[in-house]
Amino acid sequence: MVTAVAPTSAAEAAEVLRTAGADGLTVLPRGASTKAHWGGTPSNVDILLDTRRLHGVTAHEPGDLVATVRAGTPLRDVQAVLGLAGQRLSLETGFAEATVGGVLATGEAGPLRLRHGSGRDLLIGVEFVRADGIVAHSGGRVVKNVAGYDMGRLLCGSYGTLGVITSATFRLHPLPPARTWVSCPVESAAELADIAAEVMSAQVSPSSVEVDLRGTSGTLAALIEGSRAGVDARAETAARQLGGAAVIGDQPAWWGSYPFAPDDVAVKLAAPVGRLSVLGELSDAAGPDVAVRGSAGTGVVYAALPGSTSAEHLNSTLSALRAALTEAGGSCVVLAAPPRIRDEIDLWGPVPGLALMRRIKDQFDPARRLASGRFVGGI
Amino acid sequence: MRAASAPAAVDLLAARLRAELGDAAVVTEEAARRTYECDGLAHFRAVPALVVLPESAEQVQAVVRACRDEGIAWVARGAGTGLSGGALPLVDGVLIVTSRMRRIVQIDLSSGRAVLEPGVVNLAVSRAVSDDGWFYAPDPSSQLVCSIGGNVAENSGGAHCVKYGFTVHHVTGLEICTPDGELVWLGAGHAADAPGYDLVGVFVGSEGTLGIATKVVVRLLRQPEAVTTLLAAFRTVADAGAATSAIIAAGLTPAAAEIMDALAIEAAEQAVACSYPAGAGAVLIVELDGPAVEVAAEEATVRGLCDDAGAFEIRVAADAAERAEIWKGRKSAFAAVGRISPNYIVQDGVIPRTALAEVRAEIDALAVSAGIRVANVFHAGDGNLHPLVLYDETVPGEYESAQRVSGAILDLCVARGGSITGEHGVGVDKADKLPRMFTGDDLETMQLVRCAFDPTGLANPGKVFPTPRLCGEPPRPRAAGDLASQSHEQAGVLAW
Repeated sequence: MVTAVAPTSAAEAAEVLRTAGADGLTVLPRGASTKAHWGGTPSNVDILLDTRRLHGVTAHEPGDLVATVRAGTPLRDVQAVLGLAGQRLSLETGFAEATVGGVLATGEAGPLRLRHGSGRDLLIGVEFVRADGIVAHSGGRVVKNVAGYDMGRLLCGSYGTLGVITSATFRLHPLPPARTWVSCPVESAAELADIAAEVMSAQVSPSSVEVDLRGTSGTLAALIEGSRAGVDARAETAARQLGGAAVIGDQPAWWGSYPFAPDDVAVKLAAPVGRLSVLGELSDAAGPDVAVRGSAGTGVVYAALPGSTSAEHLNSTLSALRAALTEAGGSCVVLAAPPRIRDEIDLWGPVPGLALMRRIKDQFDPARRLASGRFVGGI
Repeated sequence: MRAASAPAAVDLLAARLRAELGDAAVVTEEAARRTYECDGLAHFRAVPALVVLPESAEQVQAVVRACRDEGIAWVARGAGTGLSGGALPLVDGVLIVTSRMRRIVQIDLSSGRAVLEPGVVNLAVSRAVSDDGWFYAPDPSSQLVCSIGGNVAENSGGAHCVKYGFTVHHVTGLEICTPDGELVWLGAGHAADAPGYDLVGVFVGSEGTLGIATKVVVRLLRQPEAVTTLLAAFRTVADAGAATSAIIAAGLTPAAAEIMDALAIEAAEQAVACSYPAGAGAVLIVELDGPAVEVAAEEATVRGLCDDAGAFEIRVAADAAERAEIWKGRKSAFAAVGRISPNYIVQDGVIPRTALAEVRAEIDALAVSAGIRVANVFHAGDGNLHPLVLYDETVPGEYESAQRVSGAILDLCVARGGSITGEHGVGVDKADKLPRMFTGDDLETMQLVRCAFDPTGLANPGKVFPTPRLCGEPPRPRAAGDLASQSHEQAGVLAW
């Protein structure tokens, strides 16, 4: 039987983990459960540790561009608070309800990652509870700080396998006075690579360069942020560089959303920007209608494969994709797959440094009580 | 008591490494070893038992494996410019120097990456790609000589990290030699994400305690279309600080925002004749970069805000030469202080930017009550303070006073919710101060990572952590992780 507990403080969360440890029970942390289906199937769950009562922005210093947020706070609530001061946390999620802790733990990042990086680049301090119920911190409340190891980076993208994040302190950015989008059509993977390279080597300094494709054709759009006059001038420069078919306009409808539906196989691909043409392999392996969306500017894109596919077929598709991506210096991870096939496919592919990761897990959670089985190599 | 039998083990090690790496890579002469006795923090000195200069990742691996087999601890060193004693050798340990690993292995502008050996000099990276219009952003002030491997160990910053971030934001992959002697690639390399824990993120800034970086993949950036550098002179540091706060509040992200106080200006004038405006109680240097149209508008905004905050003179560099002229005083500031004081301590603390004026006043009060002078150089954009605490070692008690003031400045930083180090690292210098920021549980948690990478504690023992943690692994023949093995020779404080 699974028991859900919703602590209201780090101390209470620690108590949950201590009690679970004493009783030999396993714990799965969760926020709004928007990505509960991501990663491997947890091998066994006795307690669901719900972070949503760890709620609220506990500190916001507009003059220092820093805020501290409790982990169960929905990211959109954080943005609403910061927006009142003309600031933002430059972190995005594809899920409306997603909590800050969940976004960090799964390593989600949206279009702004080109300019601002992902959660690990914005997190300057973290409080978390270890599997043994010890509350630990690293970093602090100032942006520039090299005292001690950066445990926040280790927790970002760790899927709850090393500890339960209870509070996070971020560096913030001012909301730009103006934003505009420059879009152009893309007809092939080779053309995508060329256009992305052109935008990136121009000096218009886009905040995001995203694509929305079916197979290898669709749209590339660059987000330009800055002053009103500056944005207009830069958008025109970008449009000239992209050629006659480029248009300047508002945010595309697909902007910042994943291409996959809940019952699709959700795939994340990372390729060197100079090797974006390798995305052509995707339509070769998965068919010409495969939906692809994401950050061409950083080479991290998402794809939706049909959930009706067999495990065997999916594994062979993944093998082909991984062979091409690995050769190019990239990777391919299955974020989510229908329960029917989820346990029969290799979700992660090759993982550099896996032996060291296992040793870290052994140190932090030797009894495998936290989110066991959800991460790379069965961690 | 640790064996004075160490020499025999070291001799065996030296013989093995000569056979594996060649004679030229192994330094045993006492006089030659002594040249490595300290890094940029010269008041900690220890002559290493053996110095090895590998030429490749495989040779690094051979050294680390030999040390592992003999249970001898080791310290990695790049150019030796670090300011926290992170590369301080062990008298009974091996010093692994990366200065012969200087190849730029690959430059891939299409993906914005370079692959570097750890001994590559920081500035050499930007120089290699500048003709093509690209650069490597982290720019510690030692960038003419400091090495990329050292930058990785210390997570080095620089004047421009207020906009561009630190080394950790620009390293996407590493080949490391673990303390077990395995060569392992970590991270995404030429891509932006890889599956698994962010081991690159935790390795960068671990100060040589998790292994040695043998190759470093860095992010290259397109040069900005325009750069503008302003120098604004104010009557007081408080006014310069207020101008900085106003610039940030206006939604601008300058590429750099640096403040020097009157004493730091005086030193720079004597050293490099930088000709900053006469009578300035503080100068604020602001650099703006990006698309030309944005930079032009921001320059006007910054001028107006500096005027409002009481600037009595504003200069704008018209070209690269004038920009260099403005920066000359700031970049020479640390060394220049040697012109006005025989000795000084460079402090590195961080406060919330908005507390700058108050903390500066508190530092002044500390200095006055101790009867010594403090020159101040601030990375004002991110609240990183570099107070230079001046003293004369020939005057009895002055060094002790300077140390007390320097330590008290860190207390001010911690009291404000800041940090004991913004970019110089903890090293050996501040290991005892880390508990001011972190609980015992926090430090023990960090050392779980240490135990995963280095269960026998052979990699740079005695640095960063005030109390080493015993890892839950059977000890090797000679446990080298205990603090007793640190055995520094403290050779007094020298001018530098």
